[in-house]
Amino acid sequence: MQRFPCILVDIKDGNTGTFLVIGQGQQQDTRRIMPSANDVVVERTPTEPRNVSLYASHVKAYPRFLNNGFFRRLKWAVMAVLLALYWGTPWIRWDRGIGAPDQAVLIDMPGRRAYFFAIEIWPQEVYYLTGLLIIAALSLFFISALLGRVWCGFTCFQTVWTDIFVWIERFFEGERNRRMQLDKEPWSANKLLRKAGKQTCWIVVSVLTGFGFVLFFDNAPTLAHQIVTGQASVNAYGIMAFLTATTYVLAGFAREQVCIYMCPYSRFQSAMFDEHSLVVSYEAWRGEPRGKLKGAVHGRDAADVFSGRGHCVDCKMCVQVCPTGIDIRNGSQLACIGCALCVDACNSVMDRMGLPRGLISYDSSFNQLARAKGETSPRRQLWRPRTFIYLAVIGIVVAVMTYALSTRKTFDLNVLHERSPVFVELSGDRIRNGYTVKILNMVRDNGHFRLSLEGLPEATMTVIGKDLPEAKTVDLAGDSDSVGTFKLFVTAPRASLKGKKVDLTLVLTNLDTGRIIRHENLFAGPDPE
Amino acid sequence: MATNAEKDPISGQYTTGHEWDGIKELNTPLPKWWVTVFYITIIWSIGYWVLYPSWPTLSGYWAGTLGWHSRTQVVTDIEQAKSAKAVYLSKIQDSSLEDIVKDKDLLNFALAGGRSVFNENCAACHGVGGGGAYGFPNLTDDQWLWGGTLDDIRTTITYGIRNTNPNSRQSEMPQWGGGDPLSDDELSNLAEYVLSLSKKSTDQAAAQKGLPIFAERCSPCHGEAGEGSQAVGAPALATGIWLYKGKDLKAQKAEIMSQVKNPKGGMMPSWTDRGIDEATIKILAVYVHSLGGGK
Repeated sequence: MQRFPCILVDIKDGNTGTFLVIGQGQQQDTRRIMPSANDVVVERTPTEPRNVSLYASHVKAYPRFLNNGFFRRLKWAVMAVLLALYWGTPWIRWDRGIGAPDQAVLIDMPGRRAYFFAIEIWPQEVYYLTGLLIIAALSLFFISALLGRVWCGFTCFQTVWTDIFVWIERFFEGERNRRMQLDKEPWSANKLLRKAGKQTCWIVVSVLTGFGFVLFFDNAPTLAHQIVTGQASVNAYGIMAFLTATTYVLAGFAREQVCIYMCPYSRFQSAMFDEHSLVVSYEAWRGEPRGKLKGAVHGRDAADVFSGRGHCVDCKMCVQVCPTGIDIRNGSQLACIGCALCVDACNSVMDRMGLPRGLISYDSSFNQLARAKGETSPRRQLWRPRTFIYLAVIGIVVAVMTYALSTRKTFDLNVLHERSPVFVELSGDRIRNGYTVKILNMVRDNGHFRLSLEGLPEATMTVIGKDLPEAKTVDLAGDSDSVGTFKLFVTAPRASLKGKKVDLTLVLTNLDTGRIIRHENLFAGPDPE
Repeated sequence: MATNAEKDPISGQYTTGHEWDGIKELNTPLPKWWVTVFYITIIWSIGYWVLYPSWPTLSGYWAGTLGWHSRTQVVTDIEQAKSAKAVYLSKIQDSSLEDIVKDKDLLNFALAGGRSVFNENCAACHGVGGGGAYGFPNLTDDQWLWGGTLDDIRTTITYGIRNTNPNSRQSEMPQWGGGDPLSDDELSNLAEYVLSLSKKSTDQAAAQKGLPIFAERCSPCHGEAGEGSQAVGAPALATGIWLYKGKDLKAQKAEIMSQVKNPKGGMMPSWTDRGIDEATIKILAVYVHSLGGGK
């Protein structure tokens, strides 16, 4: 297990002193010293040189499952909502008319469409996804600055699924101590049955996870029926199998290793925080010096029992419930995912001791320092430049996205100028240029479009395959929800060209809506005579 | 295992025990399972050595137990593509050119397939996209030497021009500088007249002098007004489109005089003789017809 240093800087007083809180190894020999304003570095004399491994063995965490407390209940609630969304969303129907999928949220890979309720996205519009990702990233920064790693602690799928798996583990193998004991026991029928039961349930949950995932990519009722009856495609089964495997491995075995070693977020979390961010923190000034309670406690006054010592009774409940197996009393650290289960655990102990809650709490380091100095009215400073800027940028991106979506074009025009040959000399001193015109008709109805030209008043055009005379405009039809490709020839008298290259604008008018799209291109010709 | 590791007083971490000019490195150990996964990937790669072509041997190379080869993979892929195309090709074989153009599926197939056949066989002379070159007709303009209907194009591709195939299109422009010679002045006047047909002449008097020569010697094939004749592959001379194109008017006049004196006649192979089957020629004809010049 690794320990990471915590550096607290007293911003409020503007002191230059830096307080180093030393978290360290397995032994409890190190005092964790909560600094006061004028402390400087706490030095330790270097220990004797010794041999250390460059590789760390995995120490399995056996999280204790305390099924009460505010944060535990919050976790259950969040998990219920998220899992309902995950497994329920593909079943929501949304009427888009005949011939269109009626699934509210659907990513149709072969059809090259993504559907989200009333929104339908074509591959050409994948920049909406960019917008969503920007909003997601900024929201993560914002919520981290405000509340710490609540994403990790409550909503991340790694956390949610690990939580389910630990719950199953506890159901079959019992509480923490029992589980540790069971792992040490030799194999017996009892152990085998418990382990088999656990594994079976894990696999069932994993398969259901893979099943839920693929439903987002095809019509859910049809695909579900196909999967159950063995008629689904190899792709569907393959992706299901992949998700099943990752869920099983990551939630069943890798667990906190994912958060500590694989996930980049834990590595840059410290850059997201400031002294006002809420993090799971231990009130060392009140808890230390810690120690087990000695002698009879019953019937004595708490003030009496705890005089001359810290409130931490070193019961290690906070360590036992931790899903990543760390000791929060060593300070904020990389492996802390901010799930606050230790807050619940410590509060339950404090309640029994008759001590005030919050020895471990969601608090800012600013408040912790204030409390340590005896200030009793700490405050929550939600509005800081950091949070304001995050929120403002999120607001801007949301506004841009909303504007883009509300004024989303229902048709589009792509034009590619023919390059071989760039131009063709026709009889009668005329020059012809070819263009490949693509009209994207993004509505579920036949579209009617009129193409006209600007920049070459004498130019006329025809479309290959349509028996139309040379004309100034040409009417084109677009099939429902599809791209129409047309080969367009524009012809102009050579004398009307001012040079080898003339600007030509293709103007597409949607005759159904009246909306106009202009595409700037060029018309090429030979050297002027 | 790092020896001489010291505990760093500030971070509380051990060092690796290495020291370079007084700089020590903190030991942040990798998880063992991570390292194990790395070794497993190395072992996994050995599987590729066994299954796939990998090591050179004295007499060649280790071919792999799977017998996989990129060449056989390509051959299989081509076979698959061929069998996928077979349905369309047999339909095209049985349909008339007009029906192919009317059927949207067949047309799309013909255009895509024709493009690839064209680029492989025709583009060397006619250019990618059929833009032509000096002496090689442009297939995208509105002028045709031997006709621009679907049928004409198919005939030209099938039998070719001025080759040894008995059905090939044949014609020869007489050498007017030879047996019944024109003087240099007469040649120049004739060329001026030919230029005047497309309103490019700069010397009307000379052009007028060239008129009788043209009427006598050229018009039987090229027509009274220089409209040309597709029956004998005589180019239209009044359109301003030149098979042997000069870079300016002076050069164009020289080209015309040279052609009259020492005529060139382009040759095109018969693509049946070159082994292209009927269906492929059909899709080629449809493609060429679509390039913009089709009549």
